[in-house]
Amino acid sequence: MIEGLVALYIFMLAAFVGYEVIAKVPVILHTPLMSGSNFIHGIVLVGAMVALGHADTNLEKAIGFIGVVLATGNAVGGYFVTERMLEMFKSSKGDNK
Amino acid sequence: MIDNWQTFLIEGVYFLAAILFILGLKKMSSPVTARGGIIWAGVGMILATLATFLTPHLSNLNLIVIAIILGALPAWWSAKKVAMANMPQMIALYNGMGGGAAAAIAGVELIRASAGHELSTTVQTLAVLGAIIGTISFSGSIIAFAKLQGLIKKSLLFNKQQIINLGLFVFILVLGAIIVAMGSVPIVVIILFFIIALAFGVLVTVPIGGADMPVVISLFNALTGLAVAFEGFVLSNAAMIIAGTVVGAAGTLLTQLMAKAMNRPISNVLFSGFGAAEGQEAGDDSGVEGSLKPIDATDAGIMMAYAEQVIIVPGYGMAVAQAQHKIWELTKALIDRDVRVKFAIHPVAGRMPGHMNVLLAEAGVPYDIIFDLDEINAEFEQSDVALVIGANDVVNPIARTDPSSPIYGMPILSADKAKNVVVIKRGKGTGFSGVENHLFYADNTRMLYGDGQKMAGELLQGVKEL
Repeated sequence: MIEGLVALYIFMLAAFVGYEVIAKVPVILHTPLMSGSNFIHGIVLVGAMVALGHADTNLEKAIGFIGVVLATGNAVGGYFVTERMLEMFKSSKGDNK
Repeated sequence: MIDNWQTFLIEGVYFLAAILFILGLKKMSSPVTARGGIIWAGVGMILATLATFLTPHLSNLNLIVIAIILGALPAWWSAKKVAMANMPQMIALYNGMGGGAAAAIAGVELIRASAGHELSTTVQTLAVLGAIIGTISFSGSIIAFAKLQGLIKKSLLFNKQQIINLGLFVFILVLGAIIVAMGSVPIVVIILFFIIALAFGVLVTVPIGGADMPVVISLFNALTGLAVAFEGFVLSNAAMIIAGTVVGAAGTLLTQLMAKAMNRPISNVLFSGFGAAEGQEAGDDSGVEGSLKPIDATDAGIMMAYAEQVIIVPGYGMAVAQAQHKIWELTKALIDRDVRVKFAIHPVAGRMPGHMNVLLAEAGVPYDIIFDLDEINAEFEQSDVALVIGANDVVNPIARTDPSSPIYGMPILSADKAKNVVVIKRGKGTGFSGVENHLFYADNTRMLYGDGQKMAGELLQGVKEL
């Protein structure tokens, strides 16, 4: 169990990290980066798994099931879309050399 | 705190995953390391998912595995198949799914709370907040997807829309407060709470016009991150808290950057319904001087072939027409004739910042001839030809001159300052803002009507025949 104040510290520090990491990004990478951060919140999958994992009633199971399906979609779709975008950056760089 | 080796291992892996996510994001902020970045983050995701299977007392394992397969296959297939030009709506869709998943977690936890597994007031509050944000992000992103995909054509505006939205929002907050205060409420109340939040997400997104969509998608991306962080608190899951918050903060900053590039405060984007009713009223050609002067592709090609410097300004029209490959061929043909060719990218060209860069990179255009607004704007004056392909509002000089225009004050590319301007355009319509483009009527502008890809091909033909 994460205590309230510790949670607040984690929240604050993580917010600074997110801000700092993006602050120096060139415009050229904005779309891949948005896509990449979209993939990263796909971590919601582990939460959805835990939620479905302790669901008891059928209603809870149904909602948890939908949650896991959606979360997996977020993570998998987000990953491959980002990867495809970044792959093009790499190949175009290669052709140039 | 740590009661057995499984929990210890899981916490350790989550810690590692959080580090991998942050380093991955960091790597993604430079073109050279970007590709490694997504792989690092991907490794973090796989490790975290595998570790979660070790969670003590995890039941419904079959359901979990089936759900993962059901979610993964269509997402994998669609992400591999989608055309590059349609990336923005796919991001919106996957983002909406993340928001929906956060809302689903909240749903399960709140229903469990009603069934006796009570949560502390703080946790209950965070669950409710995450539920509201996640649900709005879910239904809003789906609408954004449908709009960009062309499934919803119109921006819907109706009377008293803002008052109705405000009323709904207050109602959601009141219901949420009731759920928190009571600790356990009948399931009907929870269901009603989610339905109204869903409706609110739809109503808030429906009136938003095409040009504002990138800002909205970015905002929903940040909101999903926040919802994930809140549900992370509910489940005491450090990986979710850190990853969600990082995305929430990064997404908020990205949203601000985008809104700033369009010179529109985020509140305007969300509440004004710009590009719909307002835009159409402004869409008459009041005060436009001059006429539209067409040119044919061969002439335009010759003009470019004998130029010293050509600046190409791509916009969303290039994405729609899939013209980037032909444009690159044209560029190469011009470079062979010792013409200097540069690309000028407006921060909001296309449907997202960097959208054009991605498309040009797909076609193989090297970075070093692609320039930002600030870098290139002074160079239009020394250019013989500015080739505008599928861009409209971002080159409209009215943004500099007419304070009454809805796009007044938006930084624009000074294509009008080039000696000659060639505009490739499908028809005579206005841009997303619905504002008539004075550039098209300027004395030094020639219009090349037709599909972007076809016209770029004909230009190429014109250059090669010389």
